[in-house]
Amino acid sequence: MNTNIRADFPLLRERSGIAYLDSAATAQKPECVIRAEADFYREHNANPLRGLYEISQEATDAYESARAKTAAFLNAESAEEIIFTRNATESMNLLAYSQGSLLRPGDEIVISIAEHHSNFLPWQMAAERSGAVIRFAECGADGSIPEERFRAQISDRTRIVAMTQVSNVLGREYPIRRFAEIAHEAGALFVCDGAQSVPHLKVDVRELDVDFLAFSGHKMGGPMGIGVLYGKKKLLEKMPPFLRGGEMIEYVTREGATWAELPHKFEAGTVNAAGAVGLAAAIDYYQRTGFDWMIRREEELSRCAMEALRSVPHLKLIGSDRAEEHHGIFTFTLEGVHPHDIAEILSADGICVRAGHHCAQPLMQHLGVRSTVRASLMFYNTEEEIGRLAESLRSVRRRMGYAE
Amino acid sequence: MQNSFYREIINDHNLRPMHKKEIEGANAEKRGVNPSCGDDITLKLRVKDGVIEDGGFTGDGCAISQASADIMLDMIIGKTEQEAERLSEIFRRMITGKVSDAEIGELEEAGALIDVSHMPARVKCAVLGWHTLDAIVQGENTEA
Repeated sequence: MNTNIRADFPLLRERSGIAYLDSAATAQKPECVIRAEADFYREHNANPLRGLYEISQEATDAYESARAKTAAFLNAESAEEIIFTRNATESMNLLAYSQGSLLRPGDEIVISIAEHHSNFLPWQMAAERSGAVIRFAECGADGSIPEERFRAQISDRTRIVAMTQVSNVLGREYPIRRFAEIAHEAGALFVCDGAQSVPHLKVDVRELDVDFLAFSGHKMGGPMGIGVLYGKKKLLEKMPPFLRGGEMIEYVTREGATWAELPHKFEAGTVNAAGAVGLAAAIDYYQRTGFDWMIRREEELSRCAMEALRSVPHLKLIGSDRAEEHHGIFTFTLEGVHPHDIAEILSADGICVRAGHHCAQPLMQHLGVRSTVRASLMFYNTEEEIGRLAESLRSVRRRMGYAE
Repeated sequence: MQNSFYREIINDHNLRPMHKKEIEGANAEKRGVNPSCGDDITLKLRVKDGVIEDGGFTGDGCAISQASADIMLDMIIGKTEQEAERLSEIFRRMITGKVSDAEIGELEEAGALIDVSHMPARVKCAVLGWHTLDAIVQGENTEA
């Protein structure tokens, strides 16, 4: 049934000359998502939650059913536990401002060295504002963080542990369920960055028992500008609002206000209803296409990429040498050639990759690399595209003036 | 940078830079960094009576940033600071696509970087050396 998966993606159909290997930055969008978002504006556009007329009710229903679908997708206990944001970065900022405001001097926040800046800088800010201290769980050269090394950073002062489930640089998955258990034993909350995991693994927030989880819709084929913060209801209820304004109040006087019920307390102002509807369409697409099939296909492609990259002389892969520990993310350097030059040559051959520090500078410093190239895969990629990548990479040094 | 003649000039300056070295008696120094891509150079000059007697750079970065800095030093060593600033101004206009053919001629090998005018992502790499030069020259002018 999935023989022609690429036909579902207008961009892959129409730009058939390119090999899009940058899905960890943003995924391509299936037709059904593009249509769902447009149809919301064509047929149901009104400000949700505001007004008593028919299309406003339709807009509200569309938005709230997207929330319910997202809750079911993550196996959350209730739809109120799903806060819509712009993206994972905004979700983390919401948490760091709101939950972070409850921190006291001397409290500790533990993050891993592998965090994307979006799960690091908000906590750095929260620490600066509260007098809390950040501690780093460091990874080895293969990207792994052994349990003992993680545990060494946890103490009775730990209040928050914030960690990514899958690294956006290394592709490695961390044992979130175990780490959350350790954090809970110490009385700390566990925040999971699901930006790279939710699109590629079956994430069950109750099974992981994380307190919060953030992800971006656009990395799983949803529209840009819609993201999610999952939080356990009893924790969200105790947190102060992040942004203040319309649609998030219960009662306002000259002197003060009381806040709306969850989840609206955290969704000030007009929401991205069309984006939420687009995300719901992406979730439908995953379920229709078969998440199990997608995962298997991405594993196949990862094995293919590992083999292809190994065959490229002078290439140094960052992280694990086992394909199954990459989740479609392959970051590397090529001896003697700056990553931006590599990306430019690949681009001339129609191959789209990312080059730079991947918004993870502390990790790059820890691993002793300045800047790298990242090729990232999704179920719609092909073995042929990976072959093109390897072939182009083999020609890079020659094109940069080296003898071989 | 797909023009192969230009590519060769860039590759040559990147792989075999003449001026990527420490110089004797430097009296002006500035670090130039592109935080987003990691190009990081330190430019050192020896300036006497307004003339750039010698110059060199250290650091690392992509081929365009390194070659551009090397070519720049080829052009400005032996020239006055005013003349170097004039070339810098022409170079920047070339990179933003607002330059005449005669002016490109004045830029000598730096003209090989004209393709960057079609590559917005590489503009910062190409102007890093020149930008650092401006910071030195204009910094000194402020002091004078």
